[in-house]
Amino acid sequence: MTDATLTSSAPTTASSPTRSALADMWKQFRAHKGGVVGLITFAFILLAVYVGPYIHTVAPNKINIRDKNQWPSLAHPFGTDNLGKDMLAQVLAGGRISLAVGITAMLLALFLGTLVGVLSGYFRRLDGPLMRLTDLFLALPLLPLLLVILMLFRDTLRAAFGPETGIFVLIVFVIGITSWMHTARIVRGDVLAVKSQEFVLAAKSSGIREYRIILKHILPNVLSSIMVSATLGIASAIITESALSFLGLGFPSDFPTWGRLLFDGANFLQLTPSRVLWPGLAISLTVLSVNYMGDAIRDALDPRAVKR
Amino acid sequence: MFTYTLRRLFFAIPTLLIISFVIFALLDLAPSDPTGDLPLTIPPDVREQIRASLGLDQPFLIRYLKWLQQFFINEPLNILESLTGWQFGDGERMRVLSWATRSPVVDLIVQRLPQTLWVVGLAYIFGILIAIPIGVISAYKQYSIFDQIGTFISMVGYSVPTFFTGVLLIVIFSSYLQWFPSVYDTNLRVTDFDSFVAQVRQMALPVFVLALYNASQIARFVRASMLDNLHQDYVRTARAKGVKEKTVLLVHVLRNSLIPVVTVIALGVPTVFSGAIITEQVFRVNGLGQLLIVAVQGADIPLVQTLTFIFAVLIVLFNLIADVLYGILDPRIRYD
Repeated sequence: MTDATLTSSAPTTASSPTRSALADMWKQFRAHKGGVVGLITFAFILLAVYVGPYIHTVAPNKINIRDKNQWPSLAHPFGTDNLGKDMLAQVLAGGRISLAVGITAMLLALFLGTLVGVLSGYFRRLDGPLMRLTDLFLALPLLPLLLVILMLFRDTLRAAFGPETGIFVLIVFVIGITSWMHTARIVRGDVLAVKSQEFVLAAKSSGIREYRIILKHILPNVLSSIMVSATLGIASAIITESALSFLGLGFPSDFPTWGRLLFDGANFLQLTPSRVLWPGLAISLTVLSVNYMGDAIRDALDPRAVKR
Repeated sequence: MFTYTLRRLFFAIPTLLIISFVIFALLDLAPSDPTGDLPLTIPPDVREQIRASLGLDQPFLIRYLKWLQQFFINEPLNILESLTGWQFGDGERMRVLSWATRSPVVDLIVQRLPQTLWVVGLAYIFGILIAIPIGVISAYKQYSIFDQIGTFISMVGYSVPTFFTGVLLIVIFSSYLQWFPSVYDTNLRVTDFDSFVAQVRQMALPVFVLALYNASQIARFVRASMLDNLHQDYVRTARAKGVKEKTVLLVHVLRNSLIPVVTVIALGVPTVFSGAIITEQVFRVNGLGQLLIVAVQGADIPLVQTLTFIFAVLIVLFNLIADVLYGILDPRIRYD
């Protein structure tokens, strides 16, 4: 009897090792309550921001001076601003830009970080210079530098790409190139650990080219830590973008993000406090849910967490 | 250890030189003209004179070397003179001048430093003082109600940006309840009890916002570090030989857990000076962060260069301090 159960269960685990690892991870993730709530909240925000405009069909930039500075009502669930623009529509439109900036900047940072991390972990000759470069970037005072770069290059890029694309490209670029360092360090550590294992040696001795070893054998094995960096990267990119917009150096008012809406609303605090509340809540909820997801993924990938 | 410190200090010099060059080049090669905002009616030769008075008529490298000389030789000498009363040379040294105010940049920084140190520094100290007990208790009673609430609050405090908490607190406590002022008044002199209360009231909100943010970051770290140590063998040994639980927790585990926490606290000190830019802006505290914002908005290049570089120096310095502290506190770490 016991033999029969053993033989019947063994092939199922052996036949699909990758799927069971993913399923294991999903099981671990589901066990983390905060992670599940975070995932649901984040999915809800994504849905609201991308589908919401089809339900709430008021144009975000429609000026209606008669309805200015209104408190929440049925026609304007989040109230209106000092020009009579509908706040709900603006928050939804702002969310699309904020999330787009966050995700694009994270992808750029992830790409740079993985590239530097893999190169310096895999090729010993590049390790020293690339890690010194990483240290150098870590020693830069980032927020002041971001402000300075935005101030200096904003007008040029706006002239080159138009007001919206120019500022988008600039902000994504500066956030991306100033937030890859932690990913690079983590990936380098993982690559160093993976590189010394036998399957890499086996791949090398069978004559596979270096770039194929990196793409086929090294990268899939360091993917887990890259995923954790990715979630945390979205959160920090969204916060950085809103901070820049809040300081008045990010997106312009007619192309608002959550940070910019908060900045514009701060001057009307006593008149219509809801103008500050909604964009702020949106930023906080997004970042909170993404951070919880990051925690859950990290716990799911941490072999020590299984024991506890 | 000593040779390690010396070697690190030696390596810090080229790092800082490269950083200063990067900052200088970035600001200088940017496609923006400092005289671009001046009226078009100014004749070209006057415009040239204005550029010359700002030092812009010289080539890039000369200006960089001059800035280096002003920052690394002239300003330290000035500070030394004012501290000791000695006289070096004739005392007529070129100083880094702000374009907007035409006053030496170092003097501006000295004016702004006390506000930043008081508000942001106090918030950092409060944050540490709150974070350590919370982290210790929530690690010791893992998965208890206290841990759940503490972890949640620290997650919220860490995720919600300070510009939202600040604005929210202003709405609640300054606008509706009118308990605290929303604007920081630098002219307030503490002379008697009433003015002391006024000072405490105006510092309450910014300090609270920043303390919450710092505390939640550090508390997460303390908790993780405590959890790492609580399951170690030496803890079981200590309990087995009959050490009191309080001693096990506060002497054995806490001391070991605080080693990485101390380095994280040291690494966070530069943010006391630079990272509170946003909070200073929300509460109108005219500290260093606000000086930087004003300088950036007014395109006051020398001021921005110097401030940014000072922040970079602080980061490099405290990185070094954190590494050395780690080596001193943890005898297992050997830098050789």
